[in-house]
Amino acid sequence: MAAITSKLSDESPSTIVSPTNSVTLRISKFNPKTDSAATFVEFKVPVQKWTTVLDVILSVKQHLDPSVAVRYSCRQASCGSCGMKINGRPALACYTKISELNSNVVTVEPMNNFPILRDLAVDFTQFFSTHKKLKPYIIRDDSEVAEDTKEFLQTPKEVEEYLQFSYCIKCGLCNSACPTMATDSSFIGPQALAQAYRYVADNRDAGKKDRLKIIDDSHGIWRCHFAGSCSQVCPKGVDPAMGIQLLRGYLVGFRK
Amino acid sequence: MERQSNREGIKGWLNPGRYGLERFAYWLMRLTGLGLLVYFIAHVFETSSVVNGKEAWQKMLELTQTTEGHIILTIVIGMCVFHTVNGIRVMLGQGGVGVGKPGRPDYPYKPASLNSRHKLCILASIGLAALAMMYGLAVLFGE
Amino acid sequence: MQESVIMKIHYGTALGAVVLVAIHILFRMTQNFSESLQYESVIANYHFLPYAIMLELILILLSVHGFNGLRVILLELKQGVGYEKAVNYGCIAAIAVLVAYGSRTILMAGFGM
Repeated sequence: MAAITSKLSDESPSTIVSPTNSVTLRISKFNPKTDSAATFVEFKVPVQKWTTVLDVILSVKQHLDPSVAVRYSCRQASCGSCGMKINGRPALACYTKISELNSNVVTVEPMNNFPILRDLAVDFTQFFSTHKKLKPYIIRDDSEVAEDTKEFLQTPKEVEEYLQFSYCIKCGLCNSACPTMATDSSFIGPQALAQAYRYVADNRDAGKKDRLKIIDDSHGIWRCHFAGSCSQVCPKGVDPAMGIQLLRGYLVGFRK
Repeated sequence: MERQSNREGIKGWLNPGRYGLERFAYWLMRLTGLGLLVYFIAHVFETSSVVNGKEAWQKMLELTQTTEGHIILTIVIGMCVFHTVNGIRVMLGQGGVGVGKPGRPDYPYKPASLNSRHKLCILASIGLAALAMMYGLAVLFGE
Repeated sequence: MQESVIMKIHYGTALGAVVLVAIHILFRMTQNFSESLQYESVIANYHFLPYAIMLELILILLSVHGFNGLRVILLELKQGVGYEKAVNYGCIAAIAVLVAYGSRTILMAGFGM
């Protein structure tokens, strides 16, 4: 028995544990009810190879400052809740590893172009109302609940026309990165425009004319200048810039 | 609940380095557009001196045919070439030309619209602008 | 006017201006640079009717394109019904003033002297 025990204790662990480093996390703290301006609070936090920015923020909440306001949910880039500005660039906190930032100082701030509720949580009211304005649903005269048809059939090719735009998780990173959204409070925004294309490109939809009419406005699709920042920051490969330019092709006359 | 509007404002335009070449091209397009508009208004104004006779025209030339004037004109040449070539790229891109085809996005989700064709066009417009400026310098200072 | 119509005009004036400005610059390059700026040479150009018409077209195209671009930038900077109306009408007025002033030069240089 003693021999087996000593043999067991000699075994090295099969799991490789990455070394622990530490980074300085600077969190923007702002409570509109009590503060006149945002301030940065610094925390030194241990990190390992796969630690994400969200892990670090939650570690701060758990051990150092429970008052930090942050939205998160799925922790796997599916829900779009944890969008924030990380080292100056909009990104999902759960999807950004500390190691890929290549910096010992990580600064997290609320996303730009959204009103701040508190600290890192921002208000999505205007975002969702603009999205609804573009009629984000299939518009048809008939219904699939008809006598001889049970469903609308689509070929894989027809699905591919709009599939990537349906991957949008409404995280708001694109609106935060957009240079027009930085100054134009009436601009529809890349998210809503990309969603308009998602439905226009869907062959089940008959609402193209309605949507084109809505976006053909002085603060509509024409205020997009193809800076491409929306597609740069999109975490789901939606590529809103592509959707917007393809949508504009209908208005310019390049597409029918 | 009070809301703090959090728009980046004009700072959002002035920091083109964060988001890649296309954002830089957008920033340069705005800058060159405004610069060219200012030059165009000045040009219409300066050429109007021709209606006041030879002396007035000569006086205008003395003001503009200087080293500073030639440098400004060289910069205008560069702005014009960049704005034109990039403008054609943007016009085509905004019509959906060269932005790629929709498909199933796969990790690492590289956006098809920000492809090498557009990047090459932006670099070409900067390169052509530089070449035009060099030619302009040769013509203006070569005499 | 619908924004799509305005932007089509913006694109159209851009393409037209590119062609005509290229011709305008080539004209200047038919002579030595400093020679081409001599008073007699410039007046001769204004007296040549097709060239004068081309200059007028460039004036109109570039004024429309330039001030529409400025209008877009200004509309993106600030919003509001009053402000937007002021920007729209201000830019139209600026186009009219610049075209009028430039046309005066072309007419007086071409026909008035």
